[in-house]
Amino acid sequence: MISLTTPITEEAVRALKVGDEVQINGVIFTGRDAVHKYLHEGGELPPGVDLKGGIIYHCGPVMMKQADGSWNCTAAGPTTSIREEPYQAEIIGHFGVRGVIGKGGMGDRTLAGCKEHGCVYLHAIGGAAQVLAECVTRVRGVYFLEKFGSPEAIWELEVSEFPAVVTMDAHGESLHREVFAASEAALQSRL
Amino acid sequence: MSALLESLIELIRRASAELPDDVNAALVRSLEQEKKGTIAESALKIIERNIELAKRKSQPICQDTGSVIFYVDCPVGFDQIECEATAREAVKEATRKGFLRQNSVDSITGKNDGTNLGPGAPTVHFHQHRESTIEIRLILKGGGCENVGAQYSLPAESLHANRDLDGCRRVILDAVLQAQGRGCGPGILGVCIGGDRATGYEFSKQQFLRKLDDRNPDPKLDALEQDILKTANELGIGPMGFGGKTTLLGVKICAANRVPASFFVSISYMCWAYRRQGVVLTAGQTIGSWLY
Repeated sequence: MISLTTPITEEAVRALKVGDEVQINGVIFTGRDAVHKYLHEGGELPPGVDLKGGIIYHCGPVMMKQADGSWNCTAAGPTTSIREEPYQAEIIGHFGVRGVIGKGGMGDRTLAGCKEHGCVYLHAIGGAAQVLAECVTRVRGVYFLEKFGSPEAIWELEVSEFPAVVTMDAHGESLHREVFAASEAALQSRL
Repeated sequence: MSALLESLIELIRRASAELPDDVNAALVRSLEQEKKGTIAESALKIIERNIELAKRKSQPICQDTGSVIFYVDCPVGFDQIECEATAREAVKEATRKGFLRQNSVDSITGKNDGTNLGPGAPTVHFHQHRESTIEIRLILKGGGCENVGAQYSLPAESLHANRDLDGCRRVILDAVLQAQGRGCGPGILGVCIGGDRATGYEFSKQQFLRKLDDRNPDPKLDALEQDILKTANELGIGPMGFGGKTTLLGVKICAANRVPASFFVSISYMCWAYRRQGVVLTAGQTIGSWLY
């Protein structure tokens, strides 16, 4: 198990390879469909959100507002990442992102972006909303809540020992490409 | 609060926080089968811990609490309008309590008003029967698995799929290959052979009301179900698409008549977080018993 703490250095990212299991500590920002489209169209990050050396988490959590105005994260698993394929590589490069957490993997453009800019794709366990919510130790803030609605907002989360697997590394390797090719060959021989 | 409203809120809570026993058992078996020390095994261990936590904390197993789909079996004379209005109220209240995420978006404006109510949300299907009982089943189907569903029109030349059972087998297995781990596998397939584009998908989803360990009464469909399950689990896609032995937990197939010009095979994919629950109501509309 490898520990990753934000902000992450390029060196630490380049040391990771496909199949590594990691635990993430520090601050991560959620961002999914609406945020990616907005940023790709030239939208600016709100003051307080800095993705340099940081991690974007493809996630729309369940958040409950507490009596004192703070937020409690009650479910926070990853959403399907491939929908951000048209936007991700440029966002990684433009904002200096070092890690993208999601599920299902991403395509060739993102893989090339990871290699060029020094970033990895970190696969969290889809559906494991409770285990992952327990890793959120504090909700530090929320941005674009009104504009995009709760699941699509940018949530700033403090996490501890958040588990994920490197499935796309900064060397051009992708577990998803590998498994697809092997399963396609296995199917051909069974038709 | 009416008894029916209370019953429906509890149905939603339990569906969102607890997996049915048959699904749990299948996941336990798949964990035993995965090779020790692999990332597939790690993934299933996290899934097991998640199931236990969700139940204990009475919180959503998955943050995507999905499309809310009710199936109501009711006697002749039952007030369906009242029942649907109560179901909508229950969804709103369950959302306020955090059993459901604010999960319903206006497709034109992009607005999410946080109630989970709107055109088609929730969906309530009514079916009259000659019994005196009211049974209400609920499926919460997340978007990740819904997105990997597929509908094929036979013949599908590129897959060498003709209008026969072998053609059906080819396209169903192609859907498994294309889905990889993106539908949060190990998954469950609901399939309808035939029907039109709408009923095909509709009936494919109704297959998710079946228990994983039941068998298809039609021997041909039963054989196809077993064959697809076995073959899919030989492809090495594995939990989350990490590679491994368990790609599917179950396959459920039905058939519907078609018009001569059409031959659709409609495939719905359900994630491992297979949220299905149901209740039989008492005469006073409290929960009499659980169906799963």
